[in-house]
Amino acid sequence: MEALALKLMSAVPALAGVPLWAMTLLVMVVVAVILLVFALTFGGLGSYVLRKVAGDIQVRIGPNRVGPYGLLQFLADGVKLIMKEDIIPAKADRFLFALAPYLVFVGSFAAFVVVPFGVGLIASDLNIGVYYVMAVTSLVVIGVLMAGWASNNKWALLGGMRAVAQIVSYEIPVGMALLPAVLIAGSLSLQDIVRSQGGLLGIFGWNLFHNPFTFFSFFLYFTAAQAETNQTPFDLPEAESELVSGYNVEYSGIRYAFFFLAEFGDMFVVAALASACFLGGWHVPFFRAETLPGAWGNLLSLGAFLVKAFGIVLVMMWVRWTLPRLRVDQLMRMSWKYLVPLTFVNLLGVSLWLLVFRGKGIPQLIASIF
Amino acid sequence: MLTDFATVLVFMVLGAVTVALLLLVSRLVQPRDPTPVKLSTYECGEVPFGSSWVQFNIRFYVVALIFIIFDVEVALLYPWAVIFQRLGMVAFVEAFVFIVILLAGLAYLWKEGDLDWVRTMQDAPARKEGK
Repeated sequence: MEALALKLMSAVPALAGVPLWAMTLLVMVVVAVILLVFALTFGGLGSYVLRKVAGDIQVRIGPNRVGPYGLLQFLADGVKLIMKEDIIPAKADRFLFALAPYLVFVGSFAAFVVVPFGVGLIASDLNIGVYYVMAVTSLVVIGVLMAGWASNNKWALLGGMRAVAQIVSYEIPVGMALLPAVLIAGSLSLQDIVRSQGGLLGIFGWNLFHNPFTFFSFFLYFTAAQAETNQTPFDLPEAESELVSGYNVEYSGIRYAFFFLAEFGDMFVVAALASACFLGGWHVPFFRAETLPGAWGNLLSLGAFLVKAFGIVLVMMWVRWTLPRLRVDQLMRMSWKYLVPLTFVNLLGVSLWLLVFRGKGIPQLIASIF
Repeated sequence: MLTDFATVLVFMVLGAVTVALLLLVSRLVQPRDPTPVKLSTYECGEVPFGSSWVQFNIRFYVVALIFIIFDVEVALLYPWAVIFQRLGMVAFVEAFVFIVILLAGLAYLWKEGDLDWVRTMQDAPARKEGK
């Protein structure tokens, strides 16, 4: 950030008088606004794609009235939500009821800081990247419980409690399944993790193909992440056929929209983490994007990253509309009896592999024979 | 280093400002016509009865307790993972012992039935006799 501000100040003579801290702050705000627009657009267009995918899978057409192919449906929905009356139930705890959307939205949006979009395209390459995402997305849990409790509604409370129990249970498999990528890169920074998967081995440089354990751990992560973002088959917190809508029953209008946007934000962050930690992030197969001159390298790597992340989002939607919902006891069994022990054993497997083969994966071992 | 985390602060502030701003815009354009019925709690159209702030299933508490134990452990394994390749065998043995102890704990919870969401009556013989 500071480097970018310095570069900008030396390039534009009119800015020379501005103090460095002010310029840095300005650059930060601009970057944050760009990512905010990205997050909101993703939420909007994501909801459109979600409904189109649902339509296709259920042999319907899906939204097709507003704009070409129904593409502007999300704008119409947004305008409608803003113009709806904002109802706070008389019995609700007004302060907590109003505070909950802030926590949920901020928690989801703050995770975008460390998403590595390209060679140099990252808002801030924190040296604790992965850990930071785990920590900051926990804000969402507090917000959800707060929303459920403050509504003073039986559905909302049940939904909120279920959501917390579920997210908390699946946070452990998610954290453990990301560890192999950290082990291989020897760093928590997401850029370092992505860089460790480069090289001319192409897709075989990815952590996914590093060894059998990392291959397995990608699927463990994907399953647990599906549950973390409350998607079917793990959408018990808002199981509409039994809980109406879960923790956000009493939320209407724009306040509801924040929960909705946060859900899509989480979905993108999860997909971005999966692609950064296992699918080589912004690396273009068999090509070194980082050797290209600045802008082109960034553009190419941004494209590669978005293709991977959106691909994962699409698969998540596909799973969402294909599988039926689990029961609560099945959900808890899935996490504590299967995923948790499996991720632990898997972690030991990865570390043993790294120890025995001195940090080399199968593709590197095969390549070193020739 | 400090500017790295200043970015996080900027993001959080911007997120909160966005929420506040959208709420303000919505406040300006929305209709406001509260009625007692509209402000009552939603219970599928029935007249709502009682408060919802009631005693809750103890299972949620047990899950939270188990979570705390394992989450601390995951937090501990992250720094371990960063320096694992430098430390080699020592790090592996230490993590192995650590994980085995925790898995033993998990096995104990499993045997006690604390990982089951619905506990059947056979799991709680004392309660059955008491009734």
